[in-house]
Amino acid sequence: MLKRTVLHAEHLKLGGKLIEFGGWEMPVQYTSITDEHLAVRQSAGVFDISHMGEVTVSGVGAEGFLNRILTNDIRKLAPGEGQYTLMCNESGGVIDDLYAYKLSQGVYLLVINASRIEVDMAWLEAQAAGGGGRLDVLNSSHNYAALAVQGPRVREFLDRCLSGPSNCAARVGCVTDLKKNQIGGFPFDHGDVLVSRTGYTGEDGFEIIGRDETILKVWERVLVEGQPFGLKPCGLGARDTLRTEVCYPLYGHELNENTTPLEAGVGFFVSLDKGEFNGRLVLAGQKAAGVTRKCVAFKMTGKSAPPRPHYPIWADGAHVGEVVSGTQSPCLNLGIGMGYVPVQFAKPDTEIEIEIRGKRFAAAVVPKPIYRK
Amino acid sequence: MSNVPSDLKYAKSHEWLRLSGDTATVGITDHAQHELTDVVFVELPEVGRHVKAGEACAVVESVKTASDIYSPISGEITEVNKAVVDNPALVNTAPDGAGWFYKIKPANAAELASLLSPEDYLKQIGG
Repeated sequence: MLKRTVLHAEHLKLGGKLIEFGGWEMPVQYTSITDEHLAVRQSAGVFDISHMGEVTVSGVGAEGFLNRILTNDIRKLAPGEGQYTLMCNESGGVIDDLYAYKLSQGVYLLVINASRIEVDMAWLEAQAAGGGGRLDVLNSSHNYAALAVQGPRVREFLDRCLSGPSNCAARVGCVTDLKKNQIGGFPFDHGDVLVSRTGYTGEDGFEIIGRDETILKVWERVLVEGQPFGLKPCGLGARDTLRTEVCYPLYGHELNENTTPLEAGVGFFVSLDKGEFNGRLVLAGQKAAGVTRKCVAFKMTGKSAPPRPHYPIWADGAHVGEVVSGTQSPCLNLGIGMGYVPVQFAKPDTEIEIEIRGKRFAAAVVPKPIYRK
Repeated sequence: MSNVPSDLKYAKSHEWLRLSGDTATVGITDHAQHELTDVVFVELPEVGRHVKAGEACAVVESVKTASDIYSPISGEITEVNKAVVDNPALVNTAPDGAGWFYKIKPANAAELASLLSPEDYLKQIGG
């Protein structure tokens, strides 16, 4: 039985087409992936992201614990700030990629992938064993629903949906005073919400976490207030094409337990000099010696079907790798994707080929992100 | 609400067929294009290829996925629609008109009789 978010009836009412994702029944699109994608690039879109997992880590031992299990340096966070980070195993393979927020001294919120909640919790609990009363790790996923409101015009109406000032974490006068990666608690008619200036689309935007009944009301308010600004409800289809255009990794595609953050191209979020952490030895060795394979972005250079995950990548007449994400880019109107290739083929402008149904089509490695405003 | 023209025959796999003299034109239904949305690529069979009823012989790709298109009947492909290859959006805008896929010379008249009537197809898609 698939899990349903508090917005399930809303999705059906809006004509959403529902699919399975990470054990949840979620809308893949309402009208068209292209229309929803372009709405987010040009004006605004709202996504149900209630399937995402939330974990709270608290106690005097929380900071030290998180710095030992995550790759980014958590000590850089002031209360009310968040960072993208990765959780690695001892081999440097990625268990999950996530956002870590410092809500206050010794209180952290981790937002993790829906498909990884059980694996992450098992890992976190095993890693926390022996932490005693200094550390509390709690899976709060079932307590929260969440929305992402994304697009260049969101800042024009979000203050009409949620009013300031914030009452915890980042102290700001109103929601749109939040800076990128900041998080604040805001009062709402039906209960408080946490709002962060983050997203997964490459656009300015906010993510809002709260109790089911609260998020349902926020969703309704966002649809009403956003409507004059061209806001559309958007599904996971547009979420995927948007993140692919800007080369954000998706767990299970660019990232898995046998791939390191350096190979995936997210080494910026690995702080090798912060002290001991899981996977550091392997990652430091890889950094010193250089990786042997890399996740590259590519564009199709001739007419072809869109690239898709698992299509073979060819270079110099040999099968050298595999596509991990691929789609038709709604903004560029051509096939784009990401895939792993040996490092000698990873430079921008390298000519590669993508095998589609037994035939090879020309493509070129391009710098990340593939799409830039 | 999907459009199901009454002068066409239908396959369960959401293709339509229009018989005219000794050739038939094949495309995908309005219902199918609604389900796919945003068609961005169409791949058609070679002219001269012999296909069997139910054989995958074309591919239509939306932003999200690639879907096989199955020939409603057996026969020889006599013509393909180059316009829909150049402009895949025709599948969305005119699925049973300018967005047709290919023409086929039927090999077996009995297969034509086993295709769905517009009424039966409408029932299948819950119309």
